Parts: sequence; structure tokens; C-alpha cells
Amino acid sequence: MTETLLSLRGVKTDIGRYHILHGVDFDVPEGRLTMLLGRNGAGKTTTLRTIMGLWRAVAGEIVFAGENITRMSTPDIARLGIAYVPETMAIFADLTVQENIVLAARSGPPDSARLDWIFGRFEALKRFWTLPAGNLSGGQKQMLAVARAIIEPRRLLLIDEPTKGLAPAIIANMIDAFRELKDGAVSLLVVEQNFAFARALGDDVAVMDDGRVAHVGTMAAFAADTGLQQHLLGLGMGEHQ
Amino acid sequence: MKRDWIPLVLVPAVAVAALPLVGSPSSWVTLTLAGLAMGLMIFVMASGLTLTFGLMDVLNFGHGAFIAVGAYVAASVMLAMTPWMTADSLWTNLVAVGPAVLAAIVVSGALGLGFERVIVRPVYGQHLRQILVTTGGLIVAEQLLKVIWGPEQITLSRPTALRGAFLWGDVAIEKYRLLAVVVGLAVFAVLAITLNRTRIGLLIRAGVENGEMVEALGYRIRRLFVGVFVAGSALAGLGGAMWGLYQETITAAIGAQVAVLVFIVIIIGGLGSVGGCFIGALLVGLTANYVGFIAPKVALGSNILLMALVLLWRPQGLFPVARR
Repeated sequence: MTETLLSLRGVKTDIGRYHILHGVDFDVPEGRLTMLLGRNGAGKTTTLRTIMGLWRAVAGEIVFAGENITRMSTPDIARLGIAYVPETMAIFADLTVQENIVLAARSGPPDSARLDWIFGRFEALKRFWTLPAGNLSGGQKQMLAVARAIIEPRRLLLIDEPTKGLAPAIIANMIDAFRELKDGAVSLLVVEQNFAFARALGDDVAVMDDGRVAHVGTMAAFAADTGLQQHLLGLGMGEHQ
Repeated sequence: MKRDWIPLVLVPAVAVAALPLVGSPSSWVTLTLAGLAMGLMIFVMASGLTLTFGLMDVLNFGHGAFIAVGAYVAASVMLAMTPWMTADSLWTNLVAVGPAVLAAIVVSGALGLGFERVIVRPVYGQHLRQILVTTGGLIVAEQLLKVIWGPEQITLSRPTALRGAFLWGDVAIEKYRLLAVVVGLAVFAVLAITLNRTRIGLLIRAGVENGEMVEALGYRIRRLFVGVFVAGSALAGLGGAMWGLYQETITAAIGAQVAVLVFIVIIIGGLGSVGGCFIGALLVGLTANYVGFIAPKVALGSNILLMALVLLWRPQGLFPVARR
């Protein structure tokens, strides 16, 4: 049986006066890829940011690898082995591609074998290595954001809409990269709107609706149940992309 | 995003444009050096403030307190060492100036540490409160300076070896201003190397762009901010000591007075940009000196006019920092 790496129980998050998460419960099993789906405004991004400590949970509990991280600071959470790729990518535009990567490699100079593997997947990063990251195209910035998260081994990757605005060829590379990471015992929690991507990659799924998790299960079972998709997402998966 | 060279051309362009207006080449050289010296002293005082804003969005209106404290502490040490200050030997003068400047740096840096802990930390993320509380901090600091050093202005003479000017034909170059240029350029070089060639500099640059993401990468940006705040306060102390010797009179309001120029400089440069702060400071220094010579009646408003023109051209300043 697969061990649970990350567990959320009754997590509630407020942003200002607004209650965004109303009690989120789900698990991310170790070594698997969990897709977090839901309509716009369902609370997916807020969930990732709450896990990362960027927004504070006002109630509930978040446990990572047996450790309660609900009240931990963001840097401490990152140091436990959780990497985060926000929807905005948050690359450092005034820094070069190299500087972005060097900064993300917290424990020292980037490992050359790992860097070569990343260059194999995202060739543009090698080509524009010494250029300011602000010069990159949207897709290349997304590659850099993902590369920054995986430049060192991490136990859990939190990735918010990695395929947003990407060309199909780059999405294929992204799928390969995530599969290889998963095979290397990395766990992933991915927020995604591209259902073809979600179906191709996800092992498990948690579907959010109005600040709560409305469904958890395997991706295979969810992909087969068009009624459930219609109910939770508004459209059957086959109708998307 | 290409390298933006246009603002770099502004400083030589302003200098060249001023030459026919000033008329006499020797006066132009003297004014240019005076402008560069003034600009670089302002840069020393402003560089820390712009990084502080860039890193944590903190509007510190109390920055003038560190400038004033630096000026008073340096003056006290130099006045206590008057025999060394009035000796004819440069080296003997430096025996007094060196410890005075060091004391200004240390005391202002320590004050910065306390200021951040007691005054700034409780109001992170609250701009209006930051303005009110740090302005209050400046007022309290000014009153404390009057309590400690008295309400009268302190007259401070420059050390003997730094009085007067070098003469080359008709051109007079003030020794102290030349020293201010050298110190200002040295501070800029150290800052540029630190920011561009070290890991801590990389973190500061990244933090100025997106502090939240730096934290998500596992770095404790609050500690970095405290370090930058203390370094910025210490630099303000150094600038205050230099400004005190430049003016040769010190009052409790010295910090608040020069802080107006400091704020103009960091706004012109682009909040958070050290390079922009450097160019902005040189522009402010040169403009003040040229306009003071060409049209003394409008000298007072020249820097405000400069700021307005720059902001009409570039509303985010000369070198806007890419923000999240």
C-alpha cells in the first residue's frame, strides 16, 4: 500500500474578509501524481499556496511526511523538500536563466548530470543560459519555472497549471519530464485545466468545488465516469482539448 | 527585454548640455565636480533605502535619522580629536577622520537594527502605518539629538589637508569634493560587485523582484531584509558624516533636509534599483549645481522639476524593477 506523503484535513483559508477554503480534505500518496481539478475559483491555487505557507490556514491541519507544517514558515516548508511552481511562474526577470537556476539550487552549484537532463527536456534553457529570463517567451518561462523546481531532488512538487499557454510539443516534453520525476520517487500535486494533460499524467485525482474537495479517487475511474465529470467540472473530459 | 542604455546617456548629456549655458569651461569643470560629489554623497545615503523598499515594500521615512546620527557621531569624534584635524599632515588628519567615519557607520548601523526591530517590524505590509510610524521615529530621533548634543548647530571644520582646492590653470577642484567622489565611486563599486558577483547579492536582486518566490525557494528573506536594512542605515551614517563635513555645520534637521533629496533620487532611479539610484543621484547633484549657477532663483525647485520630467518620461523611474 502506498504511504501518504501529504495530508490535508479540514483546511480553511481566508483571504482578507473572504472565506476561500471551507475545509479541504485529501491526501497525496508518495511516488504518485495527484491532479487537483476544479472549476475556476474552486480554490485550487489557494490550496497550493496554503500548503506552501504563502497563505495561512485559519483552521485544519496540513501534515507532510509525518510533520505538521500548518504553522511553519514558507522557507521551512521548502526546506523539508517541497518545491512550488506558481501559476504566474514567478521567474526572476532581471536575473539570467543561469542565475535563476543557481538560486534555486540551494545546497550548492547545480549538479551537472541533473542540469544535462533538464537541458535534454528543455533545450531552450541551454540556448538562453546567459540571457535575462525576462527575454524568454511564455513557454520558455514556464520551462524555467519547472526547471527551477526540479534542479535539486525534492520529495513533493506543487505545480500550478504547468501547461498554461504552452505549445503541444512543449506539453509533451513536460509530460515526459513529470513521468521521469515520478519514476524517480518524486510525488507531484498538479493543478491543471488541460484535461488531456491531466488524464495522460494523473494517477489520482481530487476535484474541488466551492472551497471543498468534492471527489477523490483514481484518475482512471474519474476519466471513465463522464457523469461525474459533468457534475463536478461542468463538461465531460472528452470535450476538452 | 534588452539592456536599457538610454538613462546611462543622461548624465553625460546633461553635463554637455550645461557647458554652453555655463559659458566658462573652468567654471563648468568646477560645477561638474561639485555636482558629482554632491550626487555621490546622496547616492551613499540613498542606496540602502532603495533596496529596503525593493526587498520588503517598506517606506522608511525615518531614514534621515540615520543620516543625522552619522553626522553628529562623526562630528563628536572629530571635535574630540581637533589637534589631529588641524595638523598639516594628511595622514594625521586621517587618524581623526577614519575613526569618526567608522563610529558613524557603527552607531547608525546599530540604530538601524533597533529601528527595524521596534518600529518597522510591527508594520510590515501596511504602507500608511509605515509612513506615520517611521516619520514619528524621525521626529523622536531629532529631539533626542537635541537632548544629547544641544539645540545649537555644531560647526565643523574640514581637516586641514582637505581644505582648499587643486588649481590647474583656471580650474579649481576642491579637495574634499574630490575625496567625496572617490568614496562615492568606491561604495558604488562595492555594492555593484556584491549585488552582481555574490550569492547574497543574487538573493537581494531576486528578493527585490519577488520576495515571496525567494521564500518559496527556501530562503529566509526577513533575515536578508534585516541585513540590508542595517547595511543601508550604516551607509546613511557614512553619508551623514560626509554631508556634515561638506556643509561644515550640523543641526538636528540635517537628516530630514537631505532626505528630501534622497527620496527624489530613489524615485527618479526606480524604487529598488541601485543602478537607477546611482544615475538619479548624479543627475540630481549635477542639476542642482548647474541650475544654482545659471539661474539661482529656480535652483530650489530644480530637482522637483527634474523628478517631474523623468516621471513624465518614465513613470516607474529610470530603471523600473521587474516586480511580481
